[in-house]
Amino acid sequence: MIIAEGKPIKEILAMIEAYEKVIVAGCKGCVTVCSAGGEKEVGILASALRLARQTQGKPLETKEITLERQCDTEYLEPLREIADSFLVVLSLACGAGIQFLAEKFRKLPILPAVNTQFIGVTEEQGVWTERCQACGNCVLDRTGGICPVARCSKSLFNGPCGGSKNGKCEIDSQVDCGWQLIYDRMKELGQLEKLEEPMPVKDWSTSRDGGPRKRVREDLKI
Amino acid sequence: MKSGSRLEKLLTGGHFVVTGELGPPKGADVAVVEKKANLLKGNVDSINVTDNQTAIVRMSSIAVSALLVRMGVEPNMQMVCRDRNRIAMQSDIFGAYALGIRNILCLSGDHQKFGNHPTAKNVFDLDSIQLIQTVKKMRDEHKVLGGDEIEGAPQMFIGAAANPFADPFEYRVIRLAKKAAAGVDFIQTQCIYDLDKFERFMKMVRDRGLHEKIFILAGVTPLKSVGMAKYMKEKVAGMEVPEEIIDRMRKAGKEKAREEGLNICVEQIQRLRQIPGVHGIHLMAIEWEDAVHGIVERAGLLPRPEMN
Repeated sequence: MIIAEGKPIKEILAMIEAYEKVIVAGCKGCVTVCSAGGEKEVGILASALRLARQTQGKPLETKEITLERQCDTEYLEPLREIADSFLVVLSLACGAGIQFLAEKFRKLPILPAVNTQFIGVTEEQGVWTERCQACGNCVLDRTGGICPVARCSKSLFNGPCGGSKNGKCEIDSQVDCGWQLIYDRMKELGQLEKLEEPMPVKDWSTSRDGGPRKRVREDLKI
Repeated sequence: MKSGSRLEKLLTGGHFVVTGELGPPKGADVAVVEKKANLLKGNVDSINVTDNQTAIVRMSSIAVSALLVRMGVEPNMQMVCRDRNRIAMQSDIFGAYALGIRNILCLSGDHQKFGNHPTAKNVFDLDSIQLIQTVKKMRDEHKVLGGDEIEGAPQMFIGAAANPFADPFEYRVIRLAKKAAAGVDFIQTQCIYDLDKFERFMKMVRDRGLHEKIFILAGVTPLKSVGMAKYMKEKVAGMEVPEEIIDRMRKAGKEKAREEGLNICVEQIQRLRQIPGVHGIHLMAIEWEDAVHGIVERAGLLPRPEMN
């Protein structure tokens, strides 16, 4: 899923300084699962903003709404129904959801209330970690199911570099060395010989480097 | 001959070679380069020129290497994958060759987190092994990575680094084999203080016959103080310093620390010379270039062979 975290409240207050009424819009997708932008976080943020503005002597009216998904046209209707009486929307969706609202609600500024971070997993309750950088050309079959692009700080395809120590990365003793993980896993699988062959130069054109990406399924189009 | 560099000629001629290292200035002062180069000249066969090491901005390794060529000293130009994509790297290799540079050391590069621009974007379009393949393709197939024919192929002697001490230990020799398979000609290792462990590493190297495919230069760095020894042990990733060495540095006391550091270095070189498959040493006297002459002399490695 996509992992995000709430922006500092000071930053959000500065963004909405000029407004008296704001829609606080959450999303029931990824940001709900990672506790950054679901119904609960919408409620907490809205009351925190009201309280802060009350203290400043500039009361704020908030309308709270949490859409099924902000990245899908069919779920935007509930927001459309209330949008007319507001001048601004604060979105707690990921960067995709925020942008999609901006595209669909042309007259309204859509402001980000979260920072979108990465594609990751819930490693344990309250801990999310990165797994994928969406490079568009998966090599997990060759690396024991552990991604060298996302898990190595240098995205090396033929790691580890000389900075790996006790299974940790040189940049931070709390960060696992991706290539140590790959080595250990390949050893467990009895496939170490697969690591002897130099991995070829990567085609990055399927990644962000190739420009904004698009996927079309003609058979699904209406 | 692949490149005809002095380093290649000496290695293929069976000489035990000595390479040095020069860190470019953090600015445009050519005098700094000249001063360091003059201290190394005649004492080493080729000088590594570091490429923004530890991600600190310095004069470019190509420019400094070209200055060395002009001074009549052979450079070994280091090139890291951190700062340039495959287009810039290949272009720079053409340029370096045109400027008379014949040795290249292919490195991944230190992460920018450790340098003076920790918020920079890193590139790593290629990794060190893929860079080796790229330089080899340019040299031997006369093609750039994308497949186009080259007008005048850069005939480079291709080097890379190896760290025998990083984890996982058993994988280090596999990765070295990978570099050999990618087409590397010579290897310079991380500085070695744990000779016993390095001997175990070299045994694995010989078991795979790698010492017959590539030239291996063992890295050494003289210690200046017990603090430096401890720092190397504790703070430098992938570095091992045995307790015995730290003890010797401590016992030497502040006044004799440098002298003891040099003694240890000379002893290490003498021991490294006895290890089958070691073809030379890479002497990295970090900001201590004036120690190089004495070390090489005491190790019985002077004068360096004359070349025409």
